[in-house]
Amino acid sequence: MKRIFATLALIAAAGPALACETVTVGPLEVSQAWSRASIGTARPGVVYLTIRNSGTADDALMSITTPAADMPMLHQTVMTDGVASMPHAMEVPVPAEGQVALEPGGYHAMLMELTQVLEEGETFPVTLTFRDAGKVTIPVTIQNIGASEPTCPSPDE
Amino acid sequence: MKPPTLMRVGVVAVAAVLFMLVLGWWQTRDGDRQAAGILPLPINQMSFALTDQSGDTVQPKDWLGRPTMVFFGFTWCPDICPTTLSDISIWLEEIGPEADRMNTVLISVDPGRDTPEILGDYLSNFDPRIIGLTGPLPQIEQAVDGFRASFRKVPQDDGDYTMDHTAGVFLFDADGRFVSIIDYHEDYRYAVPKIRRALE
Repeated sequence: MKRIFATLALIAAAGPALACETVTVGPLEVSQAWSRASIGTARPGVVYLTIRNSGTADDALMSITTPAADMPMLHQTVMTDGVASMPHAMEVPVPAEGQVALEPGGYHAMLMELTQVLEEGETFPVTLTFRDAGKVTIPVTIQNIGASEPTCPSPDE
Repeated sequence: MKPPTLMRVGVVAVAAVLFMLVLGWWQTRDGDRQAAGILPLPINQMSFALTDQSGDTVQPKDWLGRPTMVFFGFTWCPDICPTTLSDISIWLEEIGPEADRMNTVLISVDPGRDTPEILGDYLSNFDPRIIGLTGPLPQIEQAVDGFRASFRKVPQDDGDYTMDHTAGVFLFDADGRFVSIIDYHEDYRYAVPKIRRALE
């Protein structure tokens, strides 16, 4: 079953999945999902994106899944006296009438055990599970390994 | 059993306060070291021998005569290392050919995985002026100590591990004197002038 799902997801990714897509679930809007190209599959990959909450209640991103990795996890880069560490984040808070970004040097989804090489220019789907709003899937644009910000414009622009 | 006397309560309270003070002192030692302004050694007082991505041995004395920019990282790092490398590539591009006369060096804190070949393969995606160094763990430790930096191996749930490490970029002038640190993800408008100062 898991394999069928993964295959379907890959087909979905190979189909007309549009880069720079914005998806919504309940009061949440997810946009600017991007990743960096990988060298092989041994190293962990990363996913960054922006979540906006137009609702009046706080929500939280609880977990992510993707056919591109067997062990995706939410992490947060934290600086303590100039030393960077990367603890596992149990959840990423999405404040009411606010937004949160998974971005370099902060919250990010770490893709451990990549199942495929992440090729620049391609996309792969990531499904986000929110505590209250539920699940939503967004295509992630794979940018250059040296990219430091999304090429997709913010939905306002 | 006798009820605790005022005296006894006092002794216990004093002991507790002393214990907390000692604990606090012990926990903030590293912070104090930084607050006390313990700076990286000048390059000519550092001592280590590491290998670059072409297989050549590099020692600190090889850097003297040119300004030097050094940072720590590892190629299995998904977030901050590619970000730092991409920041540095942007800074070098902004500075242009002037930056050719600078040593720009990444020292791996993960020699178990980062061989010279792997470093070379990874760094080929960034500015070609960036040199990657790795080597035996004791030599890496000695290098990190010279910068008064730190690193630590952190096991992960899946049996893998990641590394905590000092994230700033250290700048030295051509005589090997410490000039400044560019903090992690520091704004480009502040980072580039700091590098220009090391180049003067």
